[in-house]
Amino acid sequence: MLTSFPILSTLIWLPILGGLLVLFAGRNNDSAAKWLSLITVGLTFILSIPLWIGFDNSTASMQFVEHIAWIPMFNINYHLGVDGLSMPLVLLTTFTQVLVVASAWDVIKDRVEQYMGAFLIMGGIMVGVFVALDSILFYVFWEALLIPMFIVIGKWGGPRRVYATLKFFLYTFLGSVFMLVSFLYMYSQSGSFSILDFQAMPLGMTAQILIFLAFLAAFAVKIPMFPVHTWLPDAHVEAPTAGSVVLAAIMLKMGGYGFVRFSLPITPDASMTLDWLIIVLSLIAIVYIGMVALAQNDMKKLVAYSSISHMGFVTLGMFLVYDIVQSTGSMQGAQLGMEGAMVQMISHGFISGAMFLAIGVLYDRMHTREISAYSGVVNKMPWFVLFAVIFSMANVGLPGTSGFVGEFMVILSAFKANLWYGTFAALTLVIGAAYTLWMVKRVFFGPVTNENVEQLQDLNKREFAIMATLAVAIIALGVFPSPLIEVMHTSVGQLLVQATTSKL
Amino acid sequence: MNFVIPAFAPAIPEMALLALISFILVADTFWSKRYKFATYYATQISLVVVGYLILSSFTTTQVITFDGSFVRDSFADILKLFTIAISMGIFLFSREYLVQHKFFSGEYFVLGLFGILGMFVMISAHNMITMYLGLEIMSLAMIAMIALRRDSAHAVEAALKYFVLGALATGMLLYGFSMIYGATGSITFPEMAEIIASGQADSVVLSFGVVFVVIGLAFKLGAVPFHMWVPDVYHGAPTAVTLYIGTAPKIAGFAMLYRLLAEGMPGLIEDWQSLIIMISILSMVIGSIVAIAQDNLKRLLAYSGIGHVGFLLLGVIAATPEGYSAAMFYVIIYAITGVAGFGMIIALSRTGKEFDLISDFKGLNVRNPWLAIMMLIVMFSMAGIPPFVGFWAKIVVIEEVVKAGFTWLAVLAVIMAVISAFYYLKVVKAMYFDKPEDDSPLEPVNPSLTWAVSFTAILLVVLGLLPSSLIDLCYHSLKAL
Repeated sequence: MLTSFPILSTLIWLPILGGLLVLFAGRNNDSAAKWLSLITVGLTFILSIPLWIGFDNSTASMQFVEHIAWIPMFNINYHLGVDGLSMPLVLLTTFTQVLVVASAWDVIKDRVEQYMGAFLIMGGIMVGVFVALDSILFYVFWEALLIPMFIVIGKWGGPRRVYATLKFFLYTFLGSVFMLVSFLYMYSQSGSFSILDFQAMPLGMTAQILIFLAFLAAFAVKIPMFPVHTWLPDAHVEAPTAGSVVLAAIMLKMGGYGFVRFSLPITPDASMTLDWLIIVLSLIAIVYIGMVALAQNDMKKLVAYSSISHMGFVTLGMFLVYDIVQSTGSMQGAQLGMEGAMVQMISHGFISGAMFLAIGVLYDRMHTREISAYSGVVNKMPWFVLFAVIFSMANVGLPGTSGFVGEFMVILSAFKANLWYGTFAALTLVIGAAYTLWMVKRVFFGPVTNENVEQLQDLNKREFAIMATLAVAIIALGVFPSPLIEVMHTSVGQLLVQATTSKL
Repeated sequence: MNFVIPAFAPAIPEMALLALISFILVADTFWSKRYKFATYYATQISLVVVGYLILSSFTTTQVITFDGSFVRDSFADILKLFTIAISMGIFLFSREYLVQHKFFSGEYFVLGLFGILGMFVMISAHNMITMYLGLEIMSLAMIAMIALRRDSAHAVEAALKYFVLGALATGMLLYGFSMIYGATGSITFPEMAEIIASGQADSVVLSFGVVFVVIGLAFKLGAVPFHMWVPDVYHGAPTAVTLYIGTAPKIAGFAMLYRLLAEGMPGLIEDWQSLIIMISILSMVIGSIVAIAQDNLKRLLAYSGIGHVGFLLLGVIAATPEGYSAAMFYVIIYAITGVAGFGMIIALSRTGKEFDLISDFKGLNVRNPWLAIMMLIVMFSMAGIPPFVGFWAKIVVIEEVVKAGFTWLAVLAVIMAVISAFYYLKVVKAMYFDKPEDDSPLEPVNPSLTWAVSFTAILLVVLGLLPSSLIDLCYHSLKAL
């Protein structure tokens, strides 16, 4: 085993230190900044692979644990570890970082070192969010992430970037401070800030409800759930391509991760009492936000809304647990829904990242994201359209792509819980297909009507490599999802036990 | 009655400071003609000497002398050491500002030292008379400093405002003192506490006394509703003086609060706790909301300071040793952050240009990326965003409030923290997202200020990543009592 090597700390601090190095060494030397960034993210990704290889599927306890006293006065520790819920997300993060650096290679011309440095620092912090086992350490990473993202959106974003970035920052900050207060409350009750201790401590019903709502404020904003989703389309549209990728592929997952790490195990009784709230909000997100996506003229906005809709499946799958256990009396269906939600998170990470990168490719050439500005792209960029259509199909949830696996598992378990839940959830198969394919038709196919489209060049080698990697990942996960599910299986089982054991 | 010679040893740092100030005061008249900066260097050396005297006799036991009017304990020693460290930073920045704005004179430093002497006396006060004495030494020095620039109408107005309102507040404070003395028959803090606890004192008189004392305290700390002077004085005073009054005196103010409320009248907690809660809430609200409308950075930091006092008071509300320790940690961090913030304004100001408008910071990232990052750290630390140390300051006080059972107050406090984040973000926005009016590179006139600003800002990061030792220090200093 590789447990003696502090692999998780390396995955956090290597990109952060690399980012600082890029920030200072890369000034006035763009190519040094780029290569240094690529080496850092490449190395980080390679170092994260042992996490997968050395992972023990048979246990739900934390692995690769690191534990150092940080602030003994308050019993705050530098405590890291991964289980089946967080390990895939860590790998998704390190993988996405490579794409982010590659995608910005020729595109960003203004202050390259600050751009790359900000993304590298973000990468380290995001890994920190997924591996922290001390709630205060978690909160530190969670909040620290806002700083580089604030700068990235505000500096390299589109025309309304300042409005968007302020909205993004204040929305997410407001959501998370309530979570902080509930951490402090639980500390005053238990004398520990450890997430694992929080999961084990007894809590009264009133306290659980309040804590659940505080968590909901933090995670719902991040996911984002209806009705607190309004920051996302603004932030996505104004952010530079890589910013959108990081937002969609990873930052949204933090909300989902928060539910499985905090809400369900720490406040199981409140989750059971209020599960209808999450289910209703999820169904609204799936159906209503899907309709909203249909009406968009801006490609990025369309994908942003489709992200919200897809994340609705994640929350739906997580909170169906109680209904399924009640109606079938067994855990099996619940396990299916929960695993579906987790698979959907990973798969959405790939798909949304791919969609935003594809839009980025078009935007770099035409400097517009308006759907009406395009038509017949396939005539000029056949390779690009090939990949873009694969991604779109995955977004629709076509069997054989990763998008199918998660959605299908969640829909199946929704039918087990309640016929109506299943019916509404399944509507996405129609709505999702409608907005995605309609966009595909308008942008990629049809006659070339615009002389700018006439000038388009197909993918260069760098873009081809990025697109091909993502396409392979999406199809591989779609055809052969079992390794991912096996990694999660034990941890999900334990999570379900925690979520259904009363703490009163 | 026999005359007993009191033990002088505990007060040696104060006496040494007084001797050094007197010497510098006289010597300055001779030096200043030939060696411009002699007074400045003498000031810094005096502070080092006094710091050494404190450190070498650092004590964890409580020593009381001068017939119960002066106390030396680890709480006092730690606060004094931080006062010295922060004052040295203040003088370092101030020298350059005074030179740039052409009113460099030895008086600034001598008055500054007198102010520090006053703070020391406040920190070590063990009865109401000593407290009053220290407060007046400090306030009078500060009034003279604000008016140092005689030809500036703003500065004179600010000084007058501070003087008149300060006199009113001091009157209230004294009135409160006299009532408490009338009810308890004692001026020494522990004796007062004992008599109050025994229930022999008239509770109506005591309640009135507490109200007046709290009003005086709130004024000195600049807490709402007695905050009116703060923005005008911060704005009107020369930045070097704003730096001084905005940082070190807060530490002394906290010490005064602790000595009076926690040592002198713990038995009256029911009377003062609700007052402090109201003052704290109002300060956080006014500090967060009114600051949004400011376009002058000095004014903005004044309102932000009001908000910070509101947060500091959260620790006092808990009224436990841990709560006071948390407030102590908060005030130290606030003072350090304040030095960095005002120091940045000074570092970028130059002859004929104050650099105190938010619009002056537009495009700083283009003009001087390093200082932009440093300012970003300071702003995010003030906003309480991790990993900077301002986060820990907020978290420890909020934690104590939650522990004391005021969870609703904690929720209110974090909401105010979010609102206040908006105006700190406004500064970051100006630096990073706005186009500069003039994109020539911008360096401090004196390169050593870049170092000084960077040192303070990086200190905020280091303390943010490794806050444990400072937290321990604050918590142990009060546990030892």
